[in-house]
Amino acid sequence: MTKTIKLLLTLLVMVPVAGLSIHRAQADGTPDVDKAADGRGREGASVKPEKEPHWAFVPPVRPSSPTVKTKGWVRTPIDSFILARLESQGLTPSAVAAKTTLIRRLSLDLTGLPPTIEEIDRFLADRSPDAWEKLVERTLASPHYGERWGRWWLDAARYADTNGFEKDLPRSIWPYRDWVINAFNKDMPFDRMTVEQLAGDLLPSPSPEQLVATGFLRNSMRNEEGGVDPEQFRVEGLIDRVDAIGKAYLGLSVNCAQCHTHKFDPIRHEEYYRFYAFLNQDDEPEVEVPEAKITKQREEILAKIARVEDELIAATPDYESRLAEWESRMRPLEGAWSVLQGGSIFASFGTKFDRFPDGSWIPKGDNSTKNVYVIQAPSPLKRITALRLELMTDATLPRNGPGRSPIGGLFLSEVLLEINGQKHQFSEATSDFSRLLFPIRHTIDGDTSTAWDIDAGPGIRNQDRKAVFVLKQPLELKQGENLTISLVQKQQESINIGRFRLSVTDSVAPKADPVPVAVRRLLARPAKERTAAEKRQIFSAWRDTVAEWAEANEKIAELWRDWPYGTTTLALRSRPEPRETRIFRRGDWKRPGELVEPATPQALPPMADGTPRNRLGLAKWIVDRGNPLTARVIVNRVWQQYFGAGLVTTPEDFGTRCEQPSHPELLDWLAVEFMEKGWSIKDLHRLIVNSATYRQSSKVTPRLLEADPTNRWLARMPRIRVESEIIRDIALASGGLLSRKIGGPSVYPPIPDGVLVISYGGAKWETSTGEDRYRRGMYTFWKRSVPYPGMLVFDMPNGDQSCTRRTRSNTPLQALTTLNDTVFMEAAQGLGLRIWRDGGTTDAARLTYGFRLCTGRKPNAFELQQLTAFLHQQRPAFAGRTASSVYVAAADLNQLPGDVNLEEVAPWTMVARLLLNLDETITRE
Amino acid sequence: MNYREEINTEYKKLLTRRHFFRECGVGLGSLALSSLLNRNVLSQSASANPLAPKKPHFPGKAKRVIYLFQAGAPSQLDLFDYKPELVKYNGKQVPQDLVKGINYAFIKPDAALYASDLKFRKHGQSGAEMSEALAYLPSVADDITIIRSMMTDAINHAPGQIFMNTGTVQFGRPSIGSWVTYGLGCETQDLPAFVVLSSGGGISGGASNWGSGFLPTIYQGVTFRRSGDPILALATPRGITRKMQRQSLDTLKALNEHHLEVTGDPEIATRINSFEMAYRMQESAPELMDISKEDKSTLEMYGATPGKASFANNCLLARRLIERGVRFVQLFHEAWDHHSEVVKGVKSQCRQTDQGAAALVKDLRQRGLLDDTIVIWGGEFGRTPMVESDPEANRALGRDHHNKAFTMWVAGGGFKPGITLGRTDDLGFNVVEDPVQVHDLHATILHQLGFDHTKLTYRYQGRDFRLTDVHGVVIDKLLA
Repeated sequence: MTKTIKLLLTLLVMVPVAGLSIHRAQADGTPDVDKAADGRGREGASVKPEKEPHWAFVPPVRPSSPTVKTKGWVRTPIDSFILARLESQGLTPSAVAAKTTLIRRLSLDLTGLPPTIEEIDRFLADRSPDAWEKLVERTLASPHYGERWGRWWLDAARYADTNGFEKDLPRSIWPYRDWVINAFNKDMPFDRMTVEQLAGDLLPSPSPEQLVATGFLRNSMRNEEGGVDPEQFRVEGLIDRVDAIGKAYLGLSVNCAQCHTHKFDPIRHEEYYRFYAFLNQDDEPEVEVPEAKITKQREEILAKIARVEDELIAATPDYESRLAEWESRMRPLEGAWSVLQGGSIFASFGTKFDRFPDGSWIPKGDNSTKNVYVIQAPSPLKRITALRLELMTDATLPRNGPGRSPIGGLFLSEVLLEINGQKHQFSEATSDFSRLLFPIRHTIDGDTSTAWDIDAGPGIRNQDRKAVFVLKQPLELKQGENLTISLVQKQQESINIGRFRLSVTDSVAPKADPVPVAVRRLLARPAKERTAAEKRQIFSAWRDTVAEWAEANEKIAELWRDWPYGTTTLALRSRPEPRETRIFRRGDWKRPGELVEPATPQALPPMADGTPRNRLGLAKWIVDRGNPLTARVIVNRVWQQYFGAGLVTTPEDFGTRCEQPSHPELLDWLAVEFMEKGWSIKDLHRLIVNSATYRQSSKVTPRLLEADPTNRWLARMPRIRVESEIIRDIALASGGLLSRKIGGPSVYPPIPDGVLVISYGGAKWETSTGEDRYRRGMYTFWKRSVPYPGMLVFDMPNGDQSCTRRTRSNTPLQALTTLNDTVFMEAAQGLGLRIWRDGGTTDAARLTYGFRLCTGRKPNAFELQQLTAFLHQQRPAFAGRTASSVYVAAADLNQLPGDVNLEEVAPWTMVARLLLNLDETITRE
Repeated sequence: MNYREEINTEYKKLLTRRHFFRECGVGLGSLALSSLLNRNVLSQSASANPLAPKKPHFPGKAKRVIYLFQAGAPSQLDLFDYKPELVKYNGKQVPQDLVKGINYAFIKPDAALYASDLKFRKHGQSGAEMSEALAYLPSVADDITIIRSMMTDAINHAPGQIFMNTGTVQFGRPSIGSWVTYGLGCETQDLPAFVVLSSGGGISGGASNWGSGFLPTIYQGVTFRRSGDPILALATPRGITRKMQRQSLDTLKALNEHHLEVTGDPEIATRINSFEMAYRMQESAPELMDISKEDKSTLEMYGATPGKASFANNCLLARRLIERGVRFVQLFHEAWDHHSEVVKGVKSQCRQTDQGAAALVKDLRQRGLLDDTIVIWGGEFGRTPMVESDPEANRALGRDHHNKAFTMWVAGGGFKPGITLGRTDDLGFNVVEDPVQVHDLHATILHQLGFDHTKLTYRYQGRDFRLTDVHGVVIDKLLA
């Protein structure tokens, strides 16, 4: 038996033993479900001797640094902990890695990009004693740092650019992704970052950025399939949020208590729902992201409108009395309306609705088709003369609605009323607003191809609207007789009504109030209580009706038409009326049990006194100095990124069944240091990358492999194949194609034909051109149902759920990708051309240049000889301007500078392709 | 032996887990153990091939699976579940006690009952009942096992497909194909272990249907394209000949080997191997896809046409894939969501799928492959005995989603041929005899592959996860 296998065997024997001891450790005072199940009940637990609480549930205390023999090796406090362990194992650390290795390691780790040759040369030339520290600072200051570590966080945040499920429609949430990048670049303290992401909207007068931050929670998938029950999938979204917080912050499988009390960790079934209750209090709006340019344009438009109005006011000395006269004329005309309460609603295509206490309905789920909403409700009146439809804005509708089109619009083609199967006609329809070609009378003309449209244009379209439909004959009804009202929306696809409410009246010949709803509310208040802005709003409503001001009104309408719109993003907004939360028996949302109030699990330290019992309180509890988990979980995940495995190898689970940390004292020291020094992630990086541990060579010697096959004790640096998006970045950077633009909408790099056919909705993929074709991998549009294959193949998480540990596989499909995929071939062509143009005049110089562009170092004699032989081997195939030389030299001849000799360049493309496929190129040494 | 030779030799031995366990006398008693091994050792060095063939818990009757996933949910009432009583109630409102508390996706609770317009006949010695829409399946009636009593938790397509494929309605868990390849590895290194083929429309549940969830990504299904090269990036870029590709790989190998010598990291050996496998795959995959070499009679039996993307071609490809050692082949045919004109829809989809599916069973039997290959046919749920009709939506004579009873069939792999298990009530609404939950079907399939479904586990977040969660009973009545 060989040594390696013996070692592996030892490990196999050790594992079950370790497993047993962990299993015993679960008796931490919580009821043991297994025991209860086999009939012994809780007594079994109570007779067990008191055990120490599980280490991860006790807040970390800063341990003292251990004493080490080789004191001179220690560079940062981390090293003492690592070295002490090595010394106790009889191991010695590896030598410092070569400078070229170090700079590439640092650059890939901190920015996800390889260093440029200039950066390498600068570092090599710097002989000062603090050359490394200076390099660290330069690299940490790079704006690409935020991209690399932002992406690290986005795994846990399950970021994606689509909603998931069957329809998997695109969503705009990249502003959240950019918020993350910026937060890392600014080194926003992690506790602050946490509070903003979990509860930015609940901070005092939150900034727009703080609303964007709540996108962390909104990254849950959303089911828009036809016929779904929206409540079921709202609940599933919350379950996902609990899971994401559990994984990303607490390292706790909170979700295991969704159906029953956690088997191993002290989280009771009801505690899961107490935790869930924190998240069950929100609306899910799309908010506009502030952009300086748009804000400025809007301010200008408003100022111009104000100027026109000022001029009118100045030219009209008696305007106040005329306005007062208008106001008195505009007393409500509508009469008394009784809202339809109770009843039911049904829609074609399975659209489902929520009901508000004010009697209004709001559709949820599928919005992809023409629709008919059929409302059945008992009449609150015995005699009815007319029906009123109120269209209401709502934060959860696109741009506040009141419709469901992307701009909040709607088209209503017919309104029908039936009682006991008998249809009743309307004689007149009025509304407070119609577009010229889409008047309200279209809704009673019996023609479904005509419609009423409420779109008043940019800036003013998203407001409450109403229409009144007068019956030909007043109807006499029995008490509580059912009215069946159909709102037919067949004129356009996917432009359906959002929130709405129906009322009836017995008044004679009512009309729709021509005064806008918002203005009507102001008019209801005594004139002296109105602010200047409110007075101006009333003036504007009146001004619109003054015939002699037609010219000024048209000028203002013209100004509104230029109203610009910005990008939106998904955010959270706390509801004014909290939802009640009930336990779901067996986790089934259709089996609600007892009511619960928001609370954190009892096995963990309680929330501080005075903390609100809402998301803000939860966020503060998560980053409270007394929380035993968060800091440990975060430093562990940062560690994992550098060393391939965390100090705790299960970053998603710090519960009672997790493996013992390799260096428990170091974990606690880092956690305490992290918290006490202000939660600075950059400082954490400094501690790690300045350490001697980090600067070791990654060479694996037989002795090291034998002594520590998994490199748990870190007597060397591990070699790590870089992550999927960085593989792309390295290829494009080496090939000189990479765009270094930061942020913005996600992009569509080339995708192979036939990939998107599996998408249910028939996805559109308009391949990006120009710079956007070559953006960093992290900006690739991430479609959950059809993840981008070139990145999925390198273990990119699909975004269905929070991911805190990526797989690192090594497969033939990966080899095919880097050998043959369009992106990589284009990179090879870019690199080949670059080598040929910029690499010097001799083969050796060019080979060295190319090798450096890919690996950061110069090739040794063997490598140079191999590459030279390959180059010579390839040249004959391209001699003469063969088809091969054309195809291989360039993807697009039109993009090639005129002075390029194809037959000379083509062999260099072959070399470049080879270099990009070196194990070393895609590995952080 | 120098260090490089030594490490290469070690690596080669480690390549097959089989060797590892045989030589070292370690039984594969617990797969959890091997997953620990995976996490502890392989996550660092990945020096053993996680797809090497593995032995299950006990010798299974079946070695591989072909799953013909009929996405969209075929109407059992128009294919397998004959309800003569329903004719009497045709057009009458469904009894309200049956639908109390049920939210349908599209229809109202007061919808009318709808008897199938199709004729049913008994077939084979077993007397399996099938509708006239199925012209070919009757010829293998005595080879298949019909389960008329399937039940599921989900009622919308994406969650339904995810539940049928991963055992939970929530996204993010490993699929059945990835569990099976995790448990059994793969018999070939020239093709992926778990292959996904598709025909019909886009798939509601998307890629998560064949995802690996928290299992290592190596176990996720690899989708083959419908046309062109099946595997992405399979073709060498234009202008680069096979010879040049070989030359490139030879130099690449020499450089990588050199670096292996310098760094000593066994992961590089795996990378070298990956490139060699990729090179072989460039040959084996096109050969696999070329069905023109099949006998004319075989092509005719399937109704397959070389060069055409179809369900029939995919059925034939499935056989070719398992012949070459692929462990799990899943066909997705998304086309059965008949909310309107269900009879017309079912007939039309049977024309596209019936022949290929029946031929696959026949072909596997003729080649002696049916005994140790499980074929599964079915969708994510069933359809209502009530009619779906909504003039506003232009829908008539359709059926809505129904999760309380539907039909699937399985064949081969030790399933008892020629039986029909389970019975629904007179209206075809509820299962009244031998209910089979999705977890039960999963447990039974894993059992036939040699696994105790409660022991095929993977530790994640401190919990040993299973395909069957905390449920699942092996349905003995289904087994020969």
